[in-house]
Parts: sequence; structure tokens; C-alpha cells
Amino acid sequence: MAKDTDTGADTGYMGGDKELKWVGTRPPRPDGVDKVTGRAKFGADFYVPGMLIGKVLRSPHPHALIKSIDTSKAEALTGVKAVLTRDDFGDRSSEFVPAGEMMVNYRDIVRNVMAREKALYEGHAVAAVAATSNAIAKQALKLIEVDYEPLPHVIDAVEAMKPDAPLLHEDMITDGVEPAPTKPSNVAKRVEFTIGDVEAGFAAADVVIERAFDTSPVHQAYIEPHACVASVSEDGQAELWTTTQGHYVARAHCARLLDMDISKIRVTASEIGGGFGGKTVVYLEPLALGLSRKACQPVKMVMSRDEVFRASGPTSGAHMKIKVGATKDGKITAGQAELIYQAGAFQGSPVQPGAMCAFAPYDLENVKVVGWDVVTNRPKVAAYRAPGAPISEYAVECVIDELAKRLGIDPIDLRLANAAKEGTRAAYGPKFGPIGLVESLEQAKAHPHYQAPLGPNQGRGVASGFWFNIGGETCASLIVNEDGTAALTLGTPDIGGSRASLCMMAAEELGIEYDRVRPIIADTASLGYTFLTGGSRATFSSGLAVIEAARDVVRQLCERAAKIWEIPTDAVEWADGTAKPAGANAGDFEPMSLAAIAAIAGKTGGPVVGHAQINAQGAAPSFGTHLVDVEVDRETGRVTVLRYTVLQDAGKAIHPAYVEGQFQGGAVQGIGWALNEEYIYGPDGKLENAGFLDYRIPVASDVPMIDTVIVEVPNPRHPYGVRGVGETPIIPPMAAIANAIENALGIRFTELPMSPPRVLKAIDEMAAAE
Amino acid sequence: MAKIHVSTTINGDAVEFLCEPEETLLDVLRDGLGLTGSKEGCSSGDCGACSVLLDGRLVCACLVMGAELGGCEVETIEAMAHGDVLHPLQSKFIEHAALQCGVCTPGILVAAKALLDKNPDPSETEVRYWLAGNLCRCTGYDKIVRAVLDAAADMRGS
Amino acid sequence: MNDMRYEAPDTIDGAVALLAGGRGEVRALAGGTDLLVQLRAEMIAPELVVDLKRIPELRSIAAEDGGFRVGAAVSGAELGEHPGVKALWPGVVEAVELIGSTQIQGRASLGGNLCNASPAADSVPAMIAARAVARVAGPAGTREVPVEEIAIGPGKTSLAKGEIVVSVLLPARPARSGDAYLRFIPRTEMDIAVVGAGVSLTLDESGVCSAARVALGAVAALAMLVPEAAAALVGTTLDEAALERLAAAASGACRPIDDKRGTKEYRIKVAGVLARRAALIAAERAGRS
Ligand SMILES: Cc1cc2nc3c(=O)[nH]c(=O)nc-3n(C[C@H](O)[C@H](O)[C@H](O)COP(=O)(O)OP(=O)(O)OC[C@H]3O[C@@H](n4cnc5c(N)ncnc54)[C@H](O)[C@@H]3O)c2cc1C
Ligand code: FES
Ligand code: FES
Repeated sequence: MAKDTDTGADTGYMGGDKELKWVGTRPPRPDGVDKVTGRAKFGADFYVPGMLIGKVLRSPHPHALIKSIDTSKAEALTGVKAVLTRDDFGDRSSEFVPAGEMMVNYRDIVRNVMAREKALYEGHAVAAVAATSNAIAKQALKLIEVDYEPLPHVIDAVEAMKPDAPLLHEDMITDGVEPAPTKPSNVAKRVEFTIGDVEAGFAAADVVIERAFDTSPVHQAYIEPHACVASVSEDGQAELWTTTQGHYVARAHCARLLDMDISKIRVTASEIGGGFGGKTVVYLEPLALGLSRKACQPVKMVMSRDEVFRASGPTSGAHMKIKVGATKDGKITAGQAELIYQAGAFQGSPVQPGAMCAFAPYDLENVKVVGWDVVTNRPKVAAYRAPGAPISEYAVECVIDELAKRLGIDPIDLRLANAAKEGTRAAYGPKFGPIGLVESLEQAKAHPHYQAPLGPNQGRGVASGFWFNIGGETCASLIVNEDGTAALTLGTPDIGGSRASLCMMAAEELGIEYDRVRPIIADTASLGYTFLTGGSRATFSSGLAVIEAARDVVRQLCERAAKIWEIPTDAVEWADGTAKPAGANAGDFEPMSLAAIAAIAGKTGGPVVGHAQINAQGAAPSFGTHLVDVEVDRETGRVTVLRYTVLQDAGKAIHPAYVEGQFQGGAVQGIGWALNEEYIYGPDGKLENAGFLDYRIPVASDVPMIDTVIVEVPNPRHPYGVRGVGETPIIPPMAAIANAIENALGIRFTELPMSPPRVLKAIDEMAAAE
Repeated sequence: MAKIHVSTTINGDAVEFLCEPEETLLDVLRDGLGLTGSKEGCSSGDCGACSVLLDGRLVCACLVMGAELGGCEVETIEAMAHGDVLHPLQSKFIEHAALQCGVCTPGILVAAKALLDKNPDPSETEVRYWLAGNLCRCTGYDKIVRAVLDAAADMRGS
Repeated sequence: MNDMRYEAPDTIDGAVALLAGGRGEVRALAGGTDLLVQLRAEMIAPELVVDLKRIPELRSIAAEDGGFRVGAAVSGAELGEHPGVKALWPGVVEAVELIGSTQIQGRASLGGNLCNASPAADSVPAMIAARAVARVAGPAGTREVPVEEIAIGPGKTSLAKGEIVVSVLLPARPARSGDAYLRFIPRTEMDIAVVGAGVSLTLDESGVCSAARVALGAVAALAMLVPEAAAALVGTTLDEAALERLAAAASGACRPIDDKRGTKEYRIKVAGVLARRAALIAAERAGRS
């Protein structure tokens, strides 16, 4: 077994034959009772004595010069304790740092948090106030006088690329183009991934399909709005409670934007009411800290739903051209894509991961993907589950389906014939280790769903998806208490039940009961830097850290037993939750349980505490395949999802119920993306549907049960074989549904969402053409 | 700015409070009384995270004025468990992993309890339509619906 | 900061006096499912809010001349639980029950739906088709107003200052009658109607339609009665040709706008589809075999 040099521990796969007591079972989650009784404290649930209420003034214009801001009247209002504008933030030079799977630039974060020269989208923060009540804070916002000079705006990415388009950033020179352009534009970056020779590949093809696709930006739409409480004392010591996917990352951003030492800011992550990537960025936190620093009083800030839609998230909308060639017998000879992703007001759309993933499910010799990152007068995009991948893979999976139809080959068979497998070199560089795409396709084909009969106006679709998954810096501590219970200290906020899985791994390693391990998510002062929950990394990376911390504990327990028995440490082994002499030569001693050793730890060297601080490597990709049946109402264009099955490789499901939950939740988010979710802008550049009534995420009556099949092809770089599972499930639904509608109607839709007016129009046009 | 004095009953206890005219029942519960189990996801009636019972009817606390509550009875998620005994719906939600982030959970539990009190044997479709005003972005609803159906079956059995 | 006052009178006269005497903007409050949203969005800033829910006449349902008088502040949930109204006017009740979620149903009223004067209000086309009459009380006394005359534009009503809707009379109906309301929304719940269609009709003993009313919502600035659509049904057995004419008349009457909820052409087409489907359900309820 390979020694993992990156973590310094033997964290390779242990093999599937070890009998496991906890891993793979479904115990209740440690925070379950708090969550079902209303006791759990989410971002907006913190109240501190003497707390002020902070509110943000937002730009009513999609694009405007900010000539001046006069806050004097607001400051004079009784009850107003602090006002913040661009003048309170120093400028930052261009510097990219990772946030989730995306990179962010401090020059841009400081401008997104508080507009500087210009307001770049409707809803862009322009000033903030803190006051003794909500009503006074609201009144104060009305007293702030901002002199705007409205500028022409551009909402659509393709429009924004035109030479005469309104320019958002006067100094933006397209990166990645040779020779470098001399004129600024709204195109931030060009990326390209190429292997082989696509022209030769297309020349060898019998069939070539070329299609253009459009997708609309969609919001993560977590139910809990952004919220935080900041408290800065007179000596500059700061406390921050916030709902975030990464409190260490939030701390780093705040320290940088506010010129504070990292040690001065202690961040506690609240329970988090959904994030899906959207809570990897800071919006309110620097403002709350800034206001609190001025007022020397705690400040609470909570976004309204309207603000969440206008000023946070969403993910990119895109315009894409896909070209795929294949031989008659179904061998894909070349794949080509051009991807234009809109980034919102600042560069940094997920076009790079989108480009890397586009053809990743396939073993292709010739691939060329070119991506463009384009700024527009919309909120800056944030990560959303597998950022970038659902968009490009949607387009490719639609073309693969069309190819299957054209060739008369079953769509699963066509995918199987070209599927990536162990040893395939992906277009973006690396060679895949063991992966589960073929298994997911084979199980899809064998699933009763795939054979079930369909009625009139019904259709079935299939699509696959790929996501990398990530590792990264992670810490964990495992404290053995005097009574033999354990406290597990973690650094990754728990969005979907990861605490349960992590306690299960700790219990498994220590050989104690699951409910004797009690987890907490530590604040940033209590545990070393841990990268955020995102990239499907929480269970994988924190899992590796927990296993290593537990093995550290076991080493110490064996030492203690050796001391008590007065034999060498290497003569003691750990089995079934007890220290035992390793073989007859070691001596004849009664095995000592963890509890027995813990009870006298004071006499054998003090408390037993295990630590791990790692940079987790070896994250393995997860592939999945989805099956969906739809029915179309030909008179209204309504598409109803009748049946849905997700088959995805989890490597190893630590807690299968929460793995299924990820599959189901991702699939339903994808159903929303496919059918109804979109950002609707008026000609004035203002968002028209900034609420849940008109931004239509699926409701309970919109969807059927979501069947799941957990495929397990172990990750060789994890002791239990874990792969991240959280992101892949949102990738296949859009194409699977488009393919199902095509199957029902014979009409290929190339634009998302496939909303009733669009579907009805296409049906009527087809009828008129016949 | 005259505050309004209101006497009401919350979770069986007589409660008096002062509120601003524009404060909602949700504001009163959360900011005034420290009952933060009811969540605010939208404050416009669209998400159901603030679901409570008002005189026995399921309502959005964000769409009720605090001032209206004189003489009313309000029941929130905080009253669902009795002592250390969880309501069957609460236990089933944990058992079925019917929550991920859990921010929608209090509202969904209050709504589901209102359903089972009225209809002890709902169909899957009835559960889905009854809960259509409770948005959940994490679970895809599958395990929520299963947990409600299973709790109903359990409660009928006992 | 905010000097909004809240009053909860327990008589109609008390409410009328308060509303008529208010200095600035005054608002009646029923279920609050429109009012509170508008307050929060700062679309309105009334000086006085008068809660009507403590007035018995506005909270009761009573049989009257073979029909039912429904208090304007009765909630959707209460109306849905009333077996009598549901049996007599199932289309009106289903329209009210379509409003919002279970939670909204716990509060939303027929009177509020009518007086909010949204062109997309679900209960209004159904009530128009049902020939419902609103009883309006005000400083000048009480008057009876056909429901279609309450709204006069999006968000605007014909009510004078101090006037409130006390109740709505859903009249008696002849034998072999039925009504139905359908709306189109992109999801299955929690959306505002893109198109709504209410149909009420009576069949004679041979199954021929002897009277009909068809009303549409969300396809013009006001919910509207479409006499041409009704005429397409009268004298027919709702055969395919009659249904075609009904759909064409319904589509032809639409004067919709393009907005975030739907395009003009979509609304026009779907109005015909829904009118036709609603007519068939109404006929089935009228005992069509
Ligand atoms: C989440 C959500 C979903 C919704 N879905 C729908 C839907 O599907 N279909 C639909 O049609 N509507 C919908 N609505 C809108 C609203 O629920 C309905 O219009 C409802 O019927 C309003 O009734 P109410 O009693 O709550 O009115 P209120 O909010 O109390 O009042 C509405 C307006 O009417 C006035 N008013 C109320 N009663 C009287 C009276 N008796 N006399 C004079 N004036 C009066 C008020 O001053 C106010 O201007 C929805 C609202 C929400 C928040
Ligand atoms: S907060 Fe009340 S419904 Fe969303
Ligand atoms: S569990 Fe997160 S919104 Fe429902």
C-alpha cells in the first residue's frame, strides 16, 4: 500500500475486506435533535447585548459613476452609530486567491463589497449604516445622498463582447490572448485545453454534429439568507459569528480588506442554512466588522431575500458552441467547444472548470475547448455546486444524445463505447485512476427504470456527469475524555450532515461507540487553518484528518498501555477498541479498553489528544449517470418529471442516507435549472424576479421521489475509499431532461430553462411546419 | 412612535409584549421573545420557514402583524417536543435523514404536524401539496415526504 | 419613525368610521397576505391599518336565498372546509383554494383577493362567472356591487374612502349547473396565475347548454367576462366545434402584456386551452354524461 507522503500518514485504501462497524451504517446525526427542535443557531439567530442593526444602501442603477456620497444627514440622525462608504476601505492591488474551487481577486472583492469608482450592477453596495434599530437604520439609508452618473449597461455576455459595448472596467485587457490586445474590453480571459488534432478527428468522422446552446444564470437559492454579527472592541479585537462555508477563508478576506491582523479576528461559523458554493464569499462580514469597529458596539447584519438575489451568487449564464464527430460505429473522433461564460461585474466566471469538464466523461484523442470569461452588469457570480461543469456538460451531453439518435445507437451504449476509465488521459491533463463511470452506465442500463414502458407524450432521457473534487488544508483534533468518550474538533462547517460521517470514522478508528464521539465545529482560534466546505471536500478532507488524528490517539493509547505493562510500545497493538499485547512474547496482560486507559491517563503522562494537520491530497473524481422520464402537455408546454433515478460513484458511502440526500438534492436543483429557474432582467438592467414567487425553485409537489443507486468504486487514496459526492449530482439533470423532452416530442431544445412558453412555442412551430 | 401592548398566549404560556406597528409575528418571536426556532427565509410568505400555528391554523409568521395577536394562541416549533420526548415527526426526520442544512426543518415540521392533525393518513401527493409552501433547497424533498408518511403510519399504529 | 396605527374594531360601523376618518393613507386588513408584503416592500406606507377580522359579519358564512353569503375576511381554509359552499360552487372554492400555499390559505380571504385588484387574482374570474355580488358598506350606507365592478385597474378599486367589502353573495343556481376554475402556472404551486379561466354553465335535460358565463384572469388589466366565449357554448352540447369556438373567443378577448410571468402569445393561446378544459369540467359537474 502506497504511503501518502503528502499527509505523512498511511492513508491509502485499507481494502474492502475489513469488517466495519460504523462506516456504511445510518446512525442519527449528532446535531439532529438541535435541528428538529429549533434549538440550532443559524446565522441570524445570534443576538448580543447592545447589538446594533446594520443595513446596506444599494445602487438602483445597473451601471453608474459614483460622483459623490454625502452621509452627513444620516450620521446626524439620532440612533445612527456608524456609516461606511468606499472611503473606509483601502484599495487593493490585483491578487488572486482561492475561494472554493474558484479564484477571487482582492482588487475585485474590495470593490464588490463596497462600490468604489462605479456601481456595476443593480444592488451593488454603496454605503452601510449601523443604528440602534431596524427602523432607524432604514431611515438613515434614505438620508444618504449619492450623486450617480448613470452609464449605458450590458446584461448579456455576447453583447458585452462586442467592440462598442459599454465598458465595465476601463483597464481590462484580455488575458490569455497572443498578442495581447491593445484596447480594453469586457473579455477578461481566454482559456484553452487541447489534446490531439480536432481537425484530423473531424475529418475521420462519418457524422459531425454542431449545435449552439444558451443557459440562464441561476441562483444557489439557499433558504437561509446571508447573516452575521460582528463585535470589535476598542483595542481592535474582533469576534465574528457568521453563516459561511469557510470561516477561515472569511477571516482571511476580512483581515485583508480591513487591514487587520489575522490573530485579531476570531470567527465562529454558525449552523449554515445551505450554501451550495454561494457562501464561500464575503459580502456582509467586512461591512459588519467595519461598522462595529467604528461604533465600538456589536453589529448584526442580515440580508433580505431581495438582496440575496440582487447582490449575491448566482452562477454564470452561458453561450456555447459544441461540435462532436463520430464514426458510424459510434467511436467519437473529436470534440470541440467554445464557451462564453458571463462572470457578472467582476472577472472570474467558472469557465475554466467548465472547459476542463466539458468532455471529461469521454476517452477522446482529439479535444479542443476554448473558454471566454466576460464581465457584464450583473452581480458577480459565485460558485454553485461543481462551478461551471453543469453548463458545459449540459451542452455536450445533449449533443451526445443527438449523436446516438443519428447513429441509431442506444445512448447508454454510445456512452459506454467512449467512456473514460482508469488510464484515460483527460483533455485537461491528468490520467484518471480507478473511476466509476462505466459502472454507473452499466447499472443504469440494467435498472428497471430504463426498461419501463412510456405512455403518450412521455419521453426518457439519460445523461452523465463528471466533477473533480478537491482536498486541501485541513485540521482536526480528537480529545479523549477521562470517561472514555471523545470530543472531535473540526474545521469544516457542516452543511449536509458531515459531522455524522466524521464521527463515524472516528468511532470506527478508535473502536468505540458512535454516540460516544461528540463533534464541534471549532472557531478559527481553536483549530488550525482549514479550507472551506466546498468542492465536495468536507467528508473527504476532514475525514482524512479525523482518521489521522484517531490514529495519533491510538498510538498514544498503545504507548500508555506499554508504560502500564512495562513493555516496549511496539509490543502493544490496538484491536477492537482495546490495547493488547502483540502476541504471546509480549507478555500476558488483560487487554485495556480506551476508557480504562483514559481513566488513569493523568498517571501515565497526562491527557490523550490526537491532532492532524494535513494538506489532503488524493481527492478522486466522481462520475454519475441520471435517468429521467417526463411528460409534456402539448397544449400548455408544461413538462412534468414523472420518474428520476440517480446512479453515482461515491467511492464509499460513509453514511449512505446523506449520500443519497446529496444525489436527490442535486438532482432537484438540476430539475429547477432545466425547467424554470432564470434571472429575468428588464431593458433597464434591473432584475425583475428577485423573490421566491418568481424565481421558481422546485416545490415539493413539482417532483417525484428521486431513486438512488450508490455505486462504490473505492478511491485508492482514502482509507475507506471515499470520494466527494456533493457536486456531481447537479451536472446531468439539465441534459437528461432536455434529452427526455426530445424523446417525447422530437424537438431538441438548446436553451435553458425549458419553460412552458418556450416549449409551447417550439411545439406550435413544429406543428406549423408540418 | 407608539409601541403597542399585546397580551397573547405562546406555546401555552401567557405572554405580554410591546411591539412596533410594523413588526410581524416573526419579528416578535425572534427579536422580542428569543424564540428563534422559526426562521426567516424571505419575509414575504414564499418559503414557509417561519410556519407557526395561529389559533390552530398554519400560517406564515412573517405575514402576521404583531399587533394582531391580542387574545390569540400561537404555537411554534419550540412546543413540538414534550420534555425530552420528541414528536414522532421529529424522530422520523432524524431517522430518515430528512434534513441536510436543517434551516427549513422547523417550518416543515410545524406544517407536517398540522397536516397529520387534520389528516392522519395522507397520500404522497397530499403530503407534497400540503408542503408546497415550504421550500427546501437541500433534500429534493424525497426523504422529507418519506419521513412524514412514515411518522403518520407510526402514529396511526399507536 | 413609523407612525402607523393599528386598530381592530368589532363592528362594520366602527371600521367604516375609522377608515373614513383617517388623515392620510388608510388600509383595511383582512388576511394580510398582500398587505404585509406590500408594507415590507415599502410599496405602501399607510397611516392607519384597520383589521377587519374581529367583525363577525366578515368572518361568517351563511345560507341566503338558496346561495351563500361569504364574509369578506373568511380565510381560504375556512371556506374550503364549508361543505355547503363547496357543493354549490365548487369552481369558486377551488379558485380560492388555489391561492398560495397551505400557510397562505390559513389567512388569505376572498375579500382581500378582490380588493387587492390584481388582474391575476384567482378567485375573481371564478366569482365573475358565478355572478357573485359584493356587499359594500361605507359612510354613505350599504350598496350591492357585481364583483366585476370592484377592480377598475391593477391595484385600483371603485371603493370610495371608508368603504369596505363586507361579504360576497354566491347566488342560488339552477339544477344541472356546474362551475370550474383553472389557471396555468409554471410550477404546480406557489406561483401567480399566468392565465386563469372560470366557467359556469347550466345544461337542459337533453344536455344542451342553456346558459353560460366565461371569465378570464391575467390576460388584461382586469379580470373580465367574455360574453362571446359564453355564447359559443349556449345551445350546444359542448361538442368539439363549440369548444373550438369557445377557445377562439377566449383567446380573441385577451389583451395581455409581456412580462416576467409569460409572453402575450403564450397567454392568448393558453387562455383558449384553459377555457375549454374548464368548460368540460363544469359540464361534468353539471351532470353531463
Ligand atoms: C406566497 C403568496 C402566494 C400567493 N399566491 C396567490 C395566488 O396563487 N393567487 C392569488 O390570487 N393570490 C395569491 N397571493 C396574493 C394574496 O394571497 C391574495 O390576493 C389574497 O386573497 C389576499 O387576501 P388577504 O385577506 O390576505 O388580503 P389583505 O392582504 O388583507 O388585503 C389585500 C388588499 O385588499 C384590501 N382589503 C382587504 N379586505 C378588504 C375588504 N373587506 N374591504 C376593502 N378592502 C379590503 C386591503 O386593504 C389590501 O389593499 C399570494 C400571496 C402570497 C404571499
Ligand atoms: S420567512 Fe415567512 S414565508 Fe419565508
Ligand atoms: S435541509 Fe436545507 S433547506 Fe431543507
